[in-house]
Amino acid sequence: MKNSRMTSLLAAVALTALLGGLSACGEDTSSTSAADESTASATTSSTQSAVLSIEDPWIKVAEDGMTGAFGKLVNSGDEDIVVTAASSEVASMMELHETTMNADGEMAMSPIEGGFVIPAGGTHVLEPGADHLMVMGLTRPIAAGESVVITLTLEDGSTLEVTAIGKNYAGANEEYVGDDSSDMGEMSDHS
Amino acid sequence: MSAPEPRWGRRRLLQTGAVALGGAGTGWSAAALGLSDRRATPSEQAGATSAPPTLSRTVAFHGPHQAGIATPPQAYVAVLGMDLLEPGRDSLGRLMRLLSDDIARLSRGLPALADTEAELAVAPASLTATFGFGPRLMELLAPGTLAPLPAFSTDRLDEAWGQTDVAVQICADDPITLAHARRMLLKDSVGLARLVWVQEGFRRAAGTEPDGTTMRNLMGQVDGTVNPAEADSTFGGLVWSDSEPMRGGSFMILRRIRMLLETWDAVDRSGREAVVGRRLDTGAPLTGTREHDVPDLEATNDFDLPVIDPASHMARARSDDPQQQFLRRGYNYVVPDPSRPTGEDSGLLFVAFAADIDKQFVPVQERLAELDRLNEWVTTIGSAVYAVPPGAADGEYVGQGLVES
Repeated sequence: MKNSRMTSLLAAVALTALLGGLSACGEDTSSTSAADESTASATTSSTQSAVLSIEDPWIKVAEDGMTGAFGKLVNSGDEDIVVTAASSEVASMMELHETTMNADGEMAMSPIEGGFVIPAGGTHVLEPGADHLMVMGLTRPIAAGESVVITLTLEDGSTLEVTAIGKNYAGANEEYVGDDSSDMGEMSDHS
Repeated sequence: MSAPEPRWGRRRLLQTGAVALGGAGTGWSAAALGLSDRRATPSEQAGATSAPPTLSRTVAFHGPHQAGIATPPQAYVAVLGMDLLEPGRDSLGRLMRLLSDDIARLSRGLPALADTEAELAVAPASLTATFGFGPRLMELLAPGTLAPLPAFSTDRLDEAWGQTDVAVQICADDPITLAHARRMLLKDSVGLARLVWVQEGFRRAAGTEPDGTTMRNLMGQVDGTVNPAEADSTFGGLVWSDSEPMRGGSFMILRRIRMLLETWDAVDRSGREAVVGRRLDTGAPLTGTREHDVPDLEATNDFDLPVIDPASHMARARSDDPQQQFLRRGYNYVVPDPSRPTGEDSGLLFVAFAADIDKQFVPVQERLAELDRLNEWVTTIGSAVYAVPPGAADGEYVGQGLVES
């Protein structure tokens, strides 16, 4: 989003005013309850994961099959970071997806070449209808309001644990074009 | 202040907007970012140091008490009554975590998480949501803290407006803001709770009356004159619970009081004033001249009859016991009802908060049920009570202390 730094700055000022100067702001505009439950933690301090965080991670509620996970990746380091893989105990497989227009003019999602690149000092947004984490072969239902741990693997082999909150969401139903889409169908639409 | 700046520049927003407006900056900033080249109009410049525009005002969600209680009543309300699909700590915790997060964001003018109509979130308009838990949930969370109201002889309760597990009182000064928040909360309740009813209400449009003006109800009366004000030394004791696990919380009484306006229409002005014991124009007691004059219940007229009928609403509601007071925060309601002579079902959404319902509210309501001339024209058709947990700190959800105890 354009002007995101400006928005962030102003939001932080507004928060300071709201909270009477409590140290709740930092540089994170999303210091709200669900977001705080969902803060990410790094495995070690000298790795890429030490400077990568995620704001507002969430996962679409689903009974079974497939679903998507989203959030805003933030790279506070001075080198680009690449997310190369994702996994979770709730899924037999996860993929990093992009959403592009296919030859028929329909939006379709497929694994992204080269992973998600988060530029130095920048962000990379994962959202419905765009890049996202594809959660496949759910091993159990994802319920509204529950916490789901997802592990992101970065280019240097370090990992970042992300706790996403289950949210009802009607969208994010783009057709999946994978290597073997015959048994996948649409992403589960709980609502 | 120095010479007025010609624009809503960044520095001006930071120096005056966001800070001086007490946190209202978020809504402003979003608007200002898109309008950075637009010159401020003279009225905007003049308004920079006074109150922010209605749409930009914010009420803090986090704090020791929930918002929407001591908060001066906003123009619109929608109370959602919901039952949990699986009553228990787990599902209540998940519901409250989602809904608290929604309001924490929306009340700042930020979109909710996964908000599909993010543009509707830019106008916080003093949005608040106040969450309450019904007796069934409280028996599970903290037995003995909340009992249903006793039966009152004059009640004609309709199950359709009855007790629910959860109530969410959503208030805002703008109907679109309210609609957006309400829809967001309902979307996030899917799979966790079932909507039982929605009770909507309204007051005067925001900013059209001086702050602190007592509301008029649809019978034309000044309604709510004797009401604790937050500045009063007694306010805290009357409104906030001081016993665990509800300390800092309150208890909400929600009653749907239908007005029989078709028969009220037949009552002349002097009759209307006698029924309540107050003047229609000023709301003053019939023994006084100003709204807040203390009524003289002993005063008699030339015929040696009491000026204020001992059976009038005011005389019956009044008590010398300072404990028998509570915070009223009611709203008018009107819904279409072609089956009624007026074509409408009109009344008062009676919303009250008390630290102790049994000591403060029940004795008053028992007296009114026993005798109150107003009863001929009003009937309570819905009734419910809720424990309103204390406010949440940043990073917590409302009720977390109860749910995770």
